[in-house]
Amino acid sequence: MKISELESEIGFECLQAEYEDAVLSGGYTSDLLSDVMANAEEGSVLVTIQAHKNTVAVASLTGVAAIVFCNNRPVGEEVIDAASQEGIAVFLTGDSQFLATAAIARHLEQ
Amino acid sequence: MSEERMQPLQSSLRVQELIYGLRISEVMTNKVFAVSRNCTMRDVRIIMKENAISGVPVVDNKRVVGIVTMNDLMNALEKGRMDDCVILWMAGEVQTLAEDMPLSFAISAFGKFPFRQFPIVNKKNELVGIITFRNINLALIRELSRQLREMENQQENPADENSLALVKVYQLHRYDFENGGKASSEIKRYLKERGISSKLIRRVAVASYELEINLVAHSIGGMLGFDITKDRVKISSHDRGPGIEDVDKAMTEGFSTANEWIRSQGFGAGMGLPNVKRVSDEFAIKSSVGMGTMVQAIIYLNSEEKNEDQRA
Repeated sequence: MKISELESEIGFECLQAEYEDAVLSGGYTSDLLSDVMANAEEGSVLVTIQAHKNTVAVASLTGVAAIVFCNNRPVGEEVIDAASQEGIAVFLTGDSQFLATAAIARHLEQ
Repeated sequence: MSEERMQPLQSSLRVQELIYGLRISEVMTNKVFAVSRNCTMRDVRIIMKENAISGVPVVDNKRVVGIVTMNDLMNALEKGRMDDCVILWMAGEVQTLAEDMPLSFAISAFGKFPFRQFPIVNKKNELVGIITFRNINLALIRELSRQLREMENQQENPADENSLALVKVYQLHRYDFENGGKASSEIKRYLKERGISSKLIRRVAVASYELEINLVAHSIGGMLGFDITKDRVKISSHDRGPGIEDVDKAMTEGFSTANEWIRSQGFGAGMGLPNVKRVSDEFAIKSSVGMGTMVQAIIYLNSEEKNEDQRA
């Protein structure tokens, strides 16, 4: 599935749309940034509740292409600014990490 | 690149990099005059006078048990007790330093304690040398002139523009999560612009980011240095304290001393140092409570071989 389909197919709200739409290589779900650092794949989507700038930094360094913030966590403007600078797509959902991950996984298989 | 090296800020930071890069054993005086417990203050006076030194360690079976300084000698002289055994006048609580510590630890020790010299011991706790400010000054002058010569050479034969070579140092401050990550991003961009493969860049980024966050989250402040050549990226992290009590524990995945606030920032999973080690081809850590921690990670640019997923 493509990054834009996180919005069009699954219904996550897109907060940062300045990104290059590409096919997702996979996904990773974690709130521990060192864990993300160690395990997230390049070109994948990160599912997390850790809504701050460090998450964008980690995503950028590991090559994560899109971030989904769960549980409607408030996302600060500095997070969006950092993500737009790095060209990383940002989405928000009221779903838990579990539900968001399950939804993405279903679509990734197709 | 040579322009960058000539910037005054960068070059003064090179001095810092230098004091971290040198080991105490490379700087200390190897020839130590020591006395045994039953020597007299008069013996010490003769040794000090003949060798123009200001402190003599007292040893028992190569172990340092005390030190007699000029001050102790003057006190004994004043009281007319020059034939007393040294143990009556020496300072018994001696702060020693280990020979394999970085020079920066010795410099912190001079700031922390009132002593003018520190006996240096090896792993077996045996006396192997002594360090004074004079040793440090001489070593710095020697190293700085060597570096100056190198820089002059570089100016005469400037490296070509596509060269990878870079020396850069970043200062990091406690709890400044705002800027933690900046150095890693810059270095990542630098390597990307020069066509380094994304796999290698990722390894450099992981090591550098974890070290950066460690400095911000756990140290009272420090620096992160990058020394890049065509063959390798060397990342050095140095801080001024507090130092790690148990390095083996700190290297264990899952062990963390992070507080709630650090955790709320998404860190403190106890994966930082293990992550750095896992992505590095060479890894070294040295820490001393009260003096600081030094970590060095090297990633070779010609070996994509190291499998990142292989758990260390």
